[in-house]
Amino acid sequence: MLDFVQQLVSGVALGCVYGLIALGFVLVYKATEVVNFAQGDLMMLGGFFAFTFIGMMGLNYWVGFAGAVAAMALFGMLAERVVVRPILGYPQFSIIMATIGLGYFLRSIAGMIWGTDDLKIETPFSQGVLRIGSLVLAYDKLSVIAATMILCTLLWLFFNKTTLGTAMRASSENMLAAYYMGIPVKRVVSIVWAISAAVATCAGVLLAPITFIHSNVGLVLGLKAFPAAVLGGFGSIPGAVVGGVLIGVIESMAGFYLPEGWKDVAPYLVLLAVLLLKPEGLFGHHVRKKV
Amino acid sequence: MRFLFKTDYEDDIKLFPHSGYWVSYGILLALLLIAPYVLSSYLMSQLVFVCIYATVGVALLILTGFTGQASLGHAAFLAIGAYTAAYLQKYNVPFPVYFFAAGALTGIIGAMVGFPALRLTGIYLVIATISFALIVEEILARWESVTNGNEGMRVKTLSLLGVTVPRDSPTFYYLCLAVLVLTIVGTLNLLRSPTGRAFVAIRDSETAARSMGVNVALYKVKSFAISAAITGFAGVLFAHKLSFISPEMFTLQLSIEFIIVILIGGAFSLHGAVLGAIFIVMIDPFLTYLKDDVPGMIAGIAAAFGAGKATAGSIQSNVAAFASLNGLKGAIYGIIIVLFVLFEPLGLYGRWLKIKLFFQLFPLYKRATFKRQKIYVKSERNR
Amino acid sequence: MSYFRAENLSLHFGGLKAVDAVSFAVEKGEILSIIGPNGAGKSSIFNLISRIYRPTSGRIFFEDQDITEEPPYDIAKLGIARTFQNIELFENATVLSNLLVGRHRHSTTQLWQELLFLPSVRANEKMHRRRVEQVIEFLDLEPYRDKLISGLPYGVRKVIELARALCSEPKLILLDEPSSGLNVEETDDMSFWIRDMKSELGITVLMVEHDMSLVNRVSDRVIALNYGRVLAMGSPTEVQQHPDVVAAYLGA
Ligand SMILES: Nc1ncnc2c1ncn2[C@@H]1O[C@H](COP(=O)(O)OP(=O)(O)OP(=O)(O)O)[C@@H](O)[C@H]1O
Ligand SMILES: [Mg+2]
Repeated sequence: MLDFVQQLVSGVALGCVYGLIALGFVLVYKATEVVNFAQGDLMMLGGFFAFTFIGMMGLNYWVGFAGAVAAMALFGMLAERVVVRPILGYPQFSIIMATIGLGYFLRSIAGMIWGTDDLKIETPFSQGVLRIGSLVLAYDKLSVIAATMILCTLLWLFFNKTTLGTAMRASSENMLAAYYMGIPVKRVVSIVWAISAAVATCAGVLLAPITFIHSNVGLVLGLKAFPAAVLGGFGSIPGAVVGGVLIGVIESMAGFYLPEGWKDVAPYLVLLAVLLLKPEGLFGHHVRKKV
Repeated sequence: MRFLFKTDYEDDIKLFPHSGYWVSYGILLALLLIAPYVLSSYLMSQLVFVCIYATVGVALLILTGFTGQASLGHAAFLAIGAYTAAYLQKYNVPFPVYFFAAGALTGIIGAMVGFPALRLTGIYLVIATISFALIVEEILARWESVTNGNEGMRVKTLSLLGVTVPRDSPTFYYLCLAVLVLTIVGTLNLLRSPTGRAFVAIRDSETAARSMGVNVALYKVKSFAISAAITGFAGVLFAHKLSFISPEMFTLQLSIEFIIVILIGGAFSLHGAVLGAIFIVMIDPFLTYLKDDVPGMIAGIAAAFGAGKATAGSIQSNVAAFASLNGLKGAIYGIIIVLFVLFEPLGLYGRWLKIKLFFQLFPLYKRATFKRQKIYVKSERNR
Repeated sequence: MSYFRAENLSLHFGGLKAVDAVSFAVEKGEILSIIGPNGAGKSSIFNLISRIYRPTSGRIFFEDQDITEEPPYDIAKLGIARTFQNIELFENATVLSNLLVGRHRHSTTQLWQELLFLPSVRANEKMHRRRVEQVIEFLDLEPYRDKLISGLPYGVRKVIELARALCSEPKLILLDEPSSGLNVEETDDMSFWIRDMKSELGITVLMVEHDMSLVNRVSDRVIALNYGRVLAMGSPTEVQQHPDVVAAYLGA
């Protein structure tokens, strides 16, 4: 039982990270119908930025964290402007390829700049543990869960309570109509990219104590976050987080209770099973073209 | 410009629109046949890879380009073909038998993937194929009694009708070339028959295809099976060419490379698949060349422009250091993909068509001829 | 027995009754038009017949056979072809290959034969090509044979859709708003073609149309629909003078 709870907590923590990356996928997809295969790599880059600020320049953890988020938000806008905007509206396949290309590029560049070693960021809560009876929970994992909840609340408030958020929701429903209603669609899209890069950075920094930062971490985790987003229905923000947590829990349970090897495939098996039963994911809507 | 006059329904069915094609393809084939006696053994080896990649490219084109079903899992089909060959070899099964067995098995597995994929579209299909490929990769690594796990498997030299065919012999190259040519001809045949048209119909409008009597599910499964089977055949050749296979050769990276083959070459054209294969295979030697020769060249140029010996030397070592940076290949890959999507969506073959048209129409060519129509946002949500 | 019959056909989307207990029959060789305001459920009836939607209840009969449970692709094989209100062509293919897809229900060749393009496949292809040419001639599509659909104007696409349906040599054709988006001349052509389809090709026509003058010119009988229910059925003039129909169109 104790084992189970412990596995559950670390699964949820890992799942939160997946969920945050998946959130980035979903934000961008909702706003522009672009599936950003480089989302994981944005997370990786965010982690490296934070490492540079905190580990190399010796800034305070929180200052470095904020700096990384801000820098990545700008970078997200830049990436959107250069790679995505010129081809917005072309077949999805082209756009997917463009973001795959972007991912390649970011991984290599990161490898060239920061080398190929695993890097670690010291955090104020890297060490301690929380003891409840004989249950031992590491702070770094709990912090990920807490941070995810805070972030989700902030995003929810932003989308539902601010004008900008409403404009974003409008343009994700129908971009052309939003454009006619005078919503600056281009600016909205670029802000969405900024937000999704910022969320990815949070994931990267939170992740740093759990797994290390290296240039391929984005690819590896992106490949887990992707099923998370699909599981959640690719278009639903709560769905992304729930999907992420599900994947995380499945992974850590499979790692603990099943023979070696199942850990890596279990999330995909579950995903395929879900897609077989519900091709539009758990929270997605089945839309059909009217003829 | 050439004007085509059609006088018979045959004219619309023919393999090539006019006789000029027979001449140019004949010459090309002749050149390819004498290649082993002209080119260096290194280039020949690359040419074999071009044939294999192009075969997979054509296979992927059938599924993704013509039927509209995206796949990022073709490395898995290649792996299944390769491993089937390696496994059957252990029991001294002759080449023709395991060659066809590999194709058949991969085709069946392709069909089995096709069934669950029936209800999936777009991004859901992409992720489902990725999942499939990752699962296959894991199985290859774990099913040690058959695949020898991460240790990998040795592939014995090919022996055809009692004659051994080493992997760097001209005969092996001819074999790969033959498989490629047969694949292309078969695909062309398919495209001018009801099945090929049904594929294209499904790609463009499933609803309309269905209402014209196309059994969409059946044809999607057929497309998956054909594409997988061809990839399986290519897998056998791939295994022989490498002479050793292990799970980490068949990763997502390889699937992406196959997609790049059809993207760079130009989606929807067989010419494109071949050009894309040439491109992908030749990028490695090109980078090696970059590493070895370009630094010296740049230094030479610098010296010619009056740079001192020391400066030239430092330029040379700097450029060399840059060229041998770890991961330069990935960065170049990335840039190339992005540039192609942004500026040359029709791929290399599209560029060639433009150049051809430019000369045919000279001096009347207008840049706008090929200008892309800007669609503001065309939703693919409601497909 | 009627040639084609719908009995108590209903289609509900949640609480919305798009089609509500509709019954009607089509006689062989007849042109029957369905009229009604927007959202009346006209296209939905077509979608039920071609099995894009599954009826909530009710049955459909064609040539005395119950086709309610047939899979969609078999509907075409039985000889029922259709066009779409918003044009569903194969955009990135030539006109010719679009029309050849119309021939799909007559193709008999096997995959392996096609891979080798055996003489039987070749002979079949020539036969299909000949049939397609007859349709091209019938609808004056000669200038467009080798053009890609994506570059063609709306009016031409409309005709090509009709052509694709005709290529399948249907016994019953469903036309969803054949004249929408066409100018006066094109509409005239369309009315001639529809009548020729009946008289020369012997095809039974079921048509949804908003243009009353076209309806009057070609229809033998008319059904008026509103909110998924049949308001009136009979000759064009009868139906148009029916008080319920007048009320429905005046928005009462
Ligand atoms: N897939 C669907 N989901 C929900 N409602 C639908 C769907 N398809 C049609 N409807 C609704 O069913 C009703 C009938 O639609 P239908 O398309 O049959 O109308 P119509 O008579 O063809 O109208 P029009 O003249 O505008 O073409 C409408 O209210 C429409 O909104
Ligand atoms: Mg309608």
